Amino acid sequence: MAGATNVHRSIVTTEAPWVRYTLTAIALLLIGLFLVVPLFTVFYEALKKGWALYFEAMIEPDALSAIKLTLIAAAISVPLNLVFGVAAAWAIAKFDFRGKSVLITLIDLPFAVSPVVAGLIYVLMFGAQGWWGPWLMDHDIKIIFAIPGIVLATVFVTFPFIARELIPLMEAQGSEEEQAAMTLGASGFQTFWRVTLPNIKWGLLYGVILANARAMGEFGAVSVVSGHIRGETNTLPLHVEILYNEYNFVGAFACASLLALLALVTLAAKSFVEWRAEQQEAAARRDAVE
Amino acid sequence: MAFKKHSVLPGFNLALGYTLLYLSIIVLLPLSALVLKSTGLTAEAFWHAVSEPRVVASYKVTFGASLIAATINLITGLLISWVLVRYSFPGKRFIDALVDLPFALPTAVAGIALATIYAPNGSIGQWFEPLGIKVAFSPIGIVLALTFITLPFVVRTVQPVLQDLEPELEEAASSLGATRLQIFWKVILPTLLPALLTGFALAFARAIGEYGSVIFIAGNMPYVSEITPLMIISKLEQYDYLGATAIAVVMLVVSFTLLLLINGLQWWSAKRMGRR
Amino acid sequence: MSRLLAAVLAAFIAVPAFADVTLLNVSYDVMRDFYKDYNPAFAKYYDAKFKDKVTLQQSHGGSSKQARSVIDGLEADVVTMNQSTDIDAIVEKGKQINAGWEKRLPNEAAPFSSLQVLIVRKGNPKGIKDWNDLTKPGVQVIVPNPKTSGNGRYTYLAAWGYALKQAGGTDAKARQFVTDVFKNVPVLDAGGRGATTTFMQRQIGDVLVTFENEAEMIAREFGRGGFEVVYPSVSIDADLPVAVVDKVVDKKGTRKAAEEYLKYLWSPEGQEIAAQNYLRPRDPAVAAKYAKQFPNVKLFGVSDFGGLQKAQKVHFDDGGVYDQIAASIAKK
Repeated sequence: MAGATNVHRSIVTTEAPWVRYTLTAIALLLIGLFLVVPLFTVFYEALKKGWALYFEAMIEPDALSAIKLTLIAAAISVPLNLVFGVAAAWAIAKFDFRGKSVLITLIDLPFAVSPVVAGLIYVLMFGAQGWWGPWLMDHDIKIIFAIPGIVLATVFVTFPFIARELIPLMEAQGSEEEQAAMTLGASGFQTFWRVTLPNIKWGLLYGVILANARAMGEFGAVSVVSGHIRGETNTLPLHVEILYNEYNFVGAFACASLLALLALVTLAAKSFVEWRAEQQEAAARRDAVE
Repeated sequence: MAFKKHSVLPGFNLALGYTLLYLSIIVLLPLSALVLKSTGLTAEAFWHAVSEPRVVASYKVTFGASLIAATINLITGLLISWVLVRYSFPGKRFIDALVDLPFALPTAVAGIALATIYAPNGSIGQWFEPLGIKVAFSPIGIVLALTFITLPFVVRTVQPVLQDLEPELEEAASSLGATRLQIFWKVILPTLLPALLTGFALAFARAIGEYGSVIFIAGNMPYVSEITPLMIISKLEQYDYLGATAIAVVMLVVSFTLLLLINGLQWWSAKRMGRR
Repeated sequence: MSRLLAAVLAAFIAVPAFADVTLLNVSYDVMRDFYKDYNPAFAKYYDAKFKDKVTLQQSHGGSSKQARSVIDGLEADVVTMNQSTDIDAIVEKGKQINAGWEKRLPNEAAPFSSLQVLIVRKGNPKGIKDWNDLTKPGVQVIVPNPKTSGNGRYTYLAAWGYALKQAGGTDAKARQFVTDVFKNVPVLDAGGRGATTTFMQRQIGDVLVTFENEAEMIAREFGRGGFEVVYPSVSIDADLPVAVVDKVVDKKGTRKAAEEYLKYLWSPEGQEIAAQNYLRPRDPAVAAKYAKQFPNVKLFGVSDFGGLQKAQKVHFDDGGVYDQIAASIAKK
């Protein structure tokens, strides 16, 4: 996790001021060039022709339905991965078993799989020419080119986020507290609810925030399974591409700015979560000392 | 799988069972569908599909650009995490949060923004144009997009290790007469090595699969700036499902190998850090 | 899992219950503006004639990508593409459309056509007049990728056909000519729309080769001041075919509406809307009315290549002539 705590170091373990300033300047320049300029560009291009056009692009029905679909996809996929993340972290962090490292690698897999491949696999399974396509057709169940396909693709790409956040955290915390609770007669569920959950809540929140950002922003995988039906199966990132291809650059950047704004909110929320977690840790340490 | 558990805690079977079930439905089943589909090709046809000159050229572009991007981030990531951990300056918390922007910003948005900035008439691209350097719509554009996308990885893996580094070690080295640079090379860098490598490998793994941000800025010239995920899409658009699947399997194998490597690195790192 | 998701889907999506018929038209990128005008006109006509409401949904993307979606199960009632090969692919790979679709409607099922034109910067600084100017050193040509874009394929075939029609033109000479054109291409976008963005927004290249109707879209979006349209001495006749997706309409029971939807494209109203969107109409009366916006250009058809399907196999499939050309350019 990030460390923004002030560091006081003795003279021998730090550099000469000019080195410090140069390194800081270079780092800030890099961040400015790589991160701030693109971010600024999105908002600049969106507002280039004034606020009126900006808002017009946002309240257009197709944009609204894209926003709605994006929210639905995130609202389904994040909780699914949340439950999975907690279960996986519980099994992996609190118990020892063979094949654990393989399991962790498999959980990580969606993270390294190209989004294009992620989309392709659902086409191979549920597409009309795929494994279950004909059966689904006969029973009139639509998966790809409909919301379930978009949700599935989103679940896939955000699959590891929460689990990966929780596993190291729960490993570091060990299971002494839970064991103590159990010997004091708490039920398994009570132990989890009263002991484990409060310990991991900040890590959990952190994972949820990251997973949510990725869920709302996914492009490649969703693009393959969406079908691009206007007002029906376009998510916000797909809508950005469509507007861009319509030469509606203001509209494209307006919707992009909405996503960028979401990214900024995500970062702010993340910072806040980290800050709270640090504060609690510090408080706990103070309590321990007293 | 055989288990050995030595815990009084309940819920192991439920938690692991659910984990495996969910993992199977969401990840394993679809991925095995991919692998199975590719068995529809004879070994020869498979080899032909994945070794076409144009596809091979795309591997070179993808792996080459990913390698360069990950290397750039190895250096800049170390620098940024160093500055964030060791020095204080106004707005540090804000900068620290900003590092995660590429995680949070949708890749398509990043691609469009980068193409706008680095196009020959863009805000930064115009300064390169007179020098005869094409940034957008060339392999440099691909490297740029991948560098952006993978910027947080090295920072976020190195930062915690750097934070936990005991100052005593450096003080001891210093009292023995080592210069600051010597301490960095001989004391600090070796300690950071596993984290650096992990960040590097993560960045690399993410970069080779990236699609959304790259297509907007790559220029997509055959043999020059076509990335492998684009070849999959291109095959699909020619209704060549098997060919697309074959390339996808190659990418999948590479991803999986990289992840095994990363987990090995993390295990090594944990051992070196003296945990466990 | 799927049932749960289907239930969620049903709960969230407001199905337009007021509509008696819903048609999904899966189309390619550049047709968006045309169908924006055409759909309300058709809905009005349909309502008046059958006392039935029809709701129209649109999906747009690269022509081949859209065809692939239909093959994979996107439930399109009608497809409106820019090449017959995309519809043939649905016939062959997906079997959702019955063979012989091109005989079910007039004009080989293409209600209008377009052709490839050259778009140059204001004042035509490089003096581009015809296809052979594209091979000159120092001229940058913007074309979408022939592997992924119908637009790019028509450009490739137009250049090939032009070279073949010159005095002493042979296939070998045509191949060299096309190689020389593609040598001058600095960016290969995946689709026609991307190519236009590269040319107009990024200001890359001296000439953009694209459909005639796309030139009008550029004028509407970017203003008329920035470019000029150059009609080459000969060009390719790009028929833009349409078809009813048999399997889907029979399942949904929307055949009547879908067939009406396509037939109406040939009506005077449909043809007029097409002409207004700079698509060359079939109806002689409408064509005469809009004659001044469609200059006479000598055209050759894809039949010169033995049809699009054969051209696809020879030129654009993996390992085909275009791949060889791309490889020979990359080696230099």
